[in-house]
Amino acid sequence: MRAPATPPVIAPGHTFGTVTDKITSIVLTNKTPLGWWAGFLFVSMFAGLLAVSLTYLVLTGVGIWGNNQPIGWAFDITNFVWWIGIGHAGTLISAILLLFKQTWRTSINRFAEAMTLFAVVCAGIFPLFHTGRPWLAYWMVPYPNTMNVWPQFKSPLIWDVFAVSTYGLVSLLFWFVGLIPDLATLRDRATGRASRMIYGMLAMGWRGSARHWHRYETAYLLLAGLATPLVVSVHSVVSLDFAVSVIPGWHTTLFPPYFVAGAIYSGFAMVLTLVIPIRKFYGMEDFITMRHLQNMAKVLLVTGLMVGYGYTVEAFMAWYSANRYEGFMMWNRMTGPYWWTYVLLILCNVVTPQTLWFKRVRGSVPALFVISLVVNVGMWLERFVIVVTSLHRDFLPSSWGRFSPTIWDWSTYVGTIGLFLTLLFLFLRFLPMISIFEMRTLLPAAKVTEEA
Amino acid sequence: MAQIFHRSTNTISRVSLFGVVFVIAGLLWLIAQVHRSPWSTDAHVAKEQPIQFSHERHVGGNGIDCRYCHTSVEASRFAGIPPTKTCMNCHSEIFASSPFLRPVHDSFEDDRAIEWTRVHDLPDFVHFDHSIHVSKGVGCTTCHGPVDRMPLIAQQHSLQMEWCLDCHRRPEAFVRPRSAVFSVSYQPPANQLEIGRRLVDQYQIQKLTNCSTCHQ
Repeated sequence: MRAPATPPVIAPGHTFGTVTDKITSIVLTNKTPLGWWAGFLFVSMFAGLLAVSLTYLVLTGVGIWGNNQPIGWAFDITNFVWWIGIGHAGTLISAILLLFKQTWRTSINRFAEAMTLFAVVCAGIFPLFHTGRPWLAYWMVPYPNTMNVWPQFKSPLIWDVFAVSTYGLVSLLFWFVGLIPDLATLRDRATGRASRMIYGMLAMGWRGSARHWHRYETAYLLLAGLATPLVVSVHSVVSLDFAVSVIPGWHTTLFPPYFVAGAIYSGFAMVLTLVIPIRKFYGMEDFITMRHLQNMAKVLLVTGLMVGYGYTVEAFMAWYSANRYEGFMMWNRMTGPYWWTYVLLILCNVVTPQTLWFKRVRGSVPALFVISLVVNVGMWLERFVIVVTSLHRDFLPSSWGRFSPTIWDWSTYVGTIGLFLTLLFLFLRFLPMISIFEMRTLLPAAKVTEEA
Repeated sequence: MAQIFHRSTNTISRVSLFGVVFVIAGLLWLIAQVHRSPWSTDAHVAKEQPIQFSHERHVGGNGIDCRYCHTSVEASRFAGIPPTKTCMNCHSEIFASSPFLRPVHDSFEDDRAIEWTRVHDLPDFVHFDHSIHVSKGVGCTTCHGPVDRMPLIAQQHSLQMEWCLDCHRRPEAFVRPRSAVFSVSYQPPANQLEIGRRLVDQYQIQKLTNCSTCHQ
């Protein structure tokens, strides 16, 4: 254990009862807070906007977006990578930090896993709907068919199908397995017949016997062990969509680790963005303490430096390669028509997080909130810069072009944010946002020590 | 506190657990079957035609060679449907007053084509070529079935890509001597594979399974 100087992961004075009461009272209440209703209605409007955008997209065609030749990928893939990246923090928090036995993960893991799941849902929309004929997307799945045709397993876009679907499935499984003991708690505490039935069915007859717990812990640890290589491989596969190509600015061996670092960076930023208002609104400061926020800030700082290293190496290699296309690519990023996106990207992703070196910044909730928002924007810009500036000017000057997003590019993007938040609101209302049983194990009363 | 779930729930949960697997597997199997069935491929479905033209009578009964009507089958991608003129070669005299032939006479007098219903209708992104198959020793009945015994023409095979590819991958199982291409009574001999391999060599048949063969 560290010196007692570090703030605790759970505020003192709590017992098993108070922890359970506090978390379940949010779910098992007949009085839904007005703020929840207001927020839910607001964000579900944007989810509706997504439905409208996608319907219009399918009815009219992908030409409603600003994509063109040579820029065949723009907002669609930018948003896809952004969302997938956001999802990765959830698995990092729940799986990797579990393997490292980090107790501070406990009060944010449930929430982060839900975030992963909803981010994967939003991400999954883009690979599906950026195709010209989304109704034939099942052709990317290897199944015996009357055409005797199978997917091309050399394409990273097919790897994407496997990576994202596996990732979604394992995340769902991990999240659900983690929920089972808590669903049993909700079942036992619920008073309404319907809610007892629903939570009872979801809890699948969990009784919490020693044998249950023993197997549970083994299964959970195994899942964590499986999910960890997934985090690394899934975003690496996503990065290979670019790195496998021949485009200057894409064909880079640095991409797999650099994308994963970026994913964790943006993911932690999103966790901070969401956790700060939620802990305030639901009064969860006892469970999500300054220690959590500070630790997340430290992860932000570390991954931010890795991303910064990535930018440096990219620029260095552009010069060191002595390849005129590579060199021009970097020069174009810095001084071409999209120079401001690159400058903003450096400001958001490299300059801003340097403030996190200071304890005063790490200790200030408003500062962390602002920084996390800035990083979210910065990481979106990173993907935009990689996708668009590499495509719009490459080998042949006769195929140079420009990209400007249309209203539908924006509405689809904003719509997925709406969908994400809608799902998040439903999660907050109907499921325990903090793992109750894991919180109980953190209490002093749960420790069996020699002195006691 | 009363139990939430009745004892019978145990059975329901067990059945649902195993049932789901079978239901999903069954559904997938069903979809695959329906997709290959005549319900989806139209195989063996005789379609309504403007005139009840009988191949059975003309080919089986009268012994007319396929090429008498489908003239371009050796030279063109399309085997062609005969014009009214071909019908009138005989039917200006034979059964000239039959009510069955009324549309043929009408078509001839009004100079309007008979609107036959196409039975073998490939999608337009498939470029099928009759002449190449005929010249490489693929008989009519291999693909179109026993036309001489069909009162109303019906598709005999699925025409799905797996069916095409099956022959393109092992033509030796289907190819016959050029002299027998238009024979409706030809039956594959017992040593088809042996003869087939020889013919594949002799006719220089390539096993074309790349996209550009058909999806030009």
